[in-house]
Amino acid sequence: MDYVGIVLVSHSPKLVEGLLDIIRQVIHDVPIEIAGGTNEMEIGTSVEKIMSAITAANTGKGVLVFYDLGSAKMNAEVALEMLDSIQVKIIDAPLVEGAYVAAVESNMGKSLDKVYETVIREF
Amino acid sequence: MELGVLDIVKWFELSNEKIQQNKDYLTSLDRPIGDGDHGINMARGYQETVNKINTVDYAEPSAVLKDAAMVLLSKVGGASGPLYGTAFLKMSVAVKGMVVLNLRTLTGGLAAALAGIKQRGKSELGEKTMIDIWGPVVDYFTKGEISSAGLMEIVSSALETSKETMATKGRAAYFKEKSIGHLDPGSASSFYIFEALAEVIKEKE
Ligand SMILES: Nc1ncnc2c1ncn2[C@@H]1O[C@H](COP(=O)(O)OP(=O)(O)OP(=O)(O)O)[C@@H](O)[C@H]1O
Ligand SMILES: [Mg+2]
Repeated sequence: MDYVGIVLVSHSPKLVEGLLDIIRQVIHDVPIEIAGGTNEMEIGTSVEKIMSAITAANTGKGVLVFYDLGSAKMNAEVALEMLDSIQVKIIDAPLVEGAYVAAVESNMGKSLDKVYETVIREF
Repeated sequence: MELGVLDIVKWFELSNEKIQQNKDYLTSLDRPIGDGDHGINMARGYQETVNKINTVDYAEPSAVLKDAAMVLLSKVGGASGPLYGTAFLKMSVAVKGMVVLNLRTLTGGLAAALAGIKQRGKSELGEKTMIDIWGPVVDYFTKGEISSAGLMEIVSSALETSKETMATKGRAAYFKEKSIGHLDPGSASSFYIFEALAEVIKEKE
């Protein structure tokens, strides 16, 4: 089965590594990619990292992008504009709980729109 | 006034010099109302931009702006990366196909850049961001007559005005009233960018 992919964008690599650990304890099959920190692994965000994460998380059913703050969202939007062949949605939701809910929903085989709606309704 | 490829390259070189010289100052502005990385971000991004555009022979200003935009997007690492990157990308599109920029087309390019920043940041004038500099600059250019001295007056007073406002966008917005009285780091870097443009224009006067 194909799943909606999930991308976790944060200023800190450690933050999203930890979040991925939490989700992976429960959800194993959903593609989840992280884009944490700058290219130099410093605090910040990177368009390139976000673009590779989106590409890697896409299995054809689209990708939902979660972000922490500030430039993370702006860079996610730049990445989305550059990757017009992939169906991508950026979601305004709490990073930790939102991504957890999305992973569970995606694991049920739901579509990108359905996963998105459920997370939005939840918060 | 006409600006060609070499003038636009010069604009980025002069901006870079000012940003490198004021790297610590820009970072110090970002410390009380931000995360203290603006000077580091801008110095890295502008240095890489100049390194890139000095290796290419460009046919038109639009191509210089596009390369600069792509480098800034990928190298800056903070909010100013997507903001300046989007600005110069929109400017590049607006002046595509023109071998030289005159006042009218340069104004069109700057207006497109400003629209790009507003769209990317979802912000407007008066929110204590770089828009507080870009907005008045575009208004000034739109009047149809410019001078390097006039441009400097506009950016200097815009920077002072912005200092007394409260931030409602970006990291500084978390500081609410405490942001009043502090200079916005992105407005300060935009000040240097337009000071550099004023120097390029002065050469033509
Ligand atoms: N939403 C926005 N709209 C317009 N300009 C903004 C916005 N957010 C930040 N800025 C500008 O960017 C400058 C900060 O740039 P800087 O490179 O320090 O990014 P940052 O805020 O540290 O990024 P991050 O979001 O990654 O923490 C601010 O001083 C402001 O001028
Ligand atoms: Mg900063």
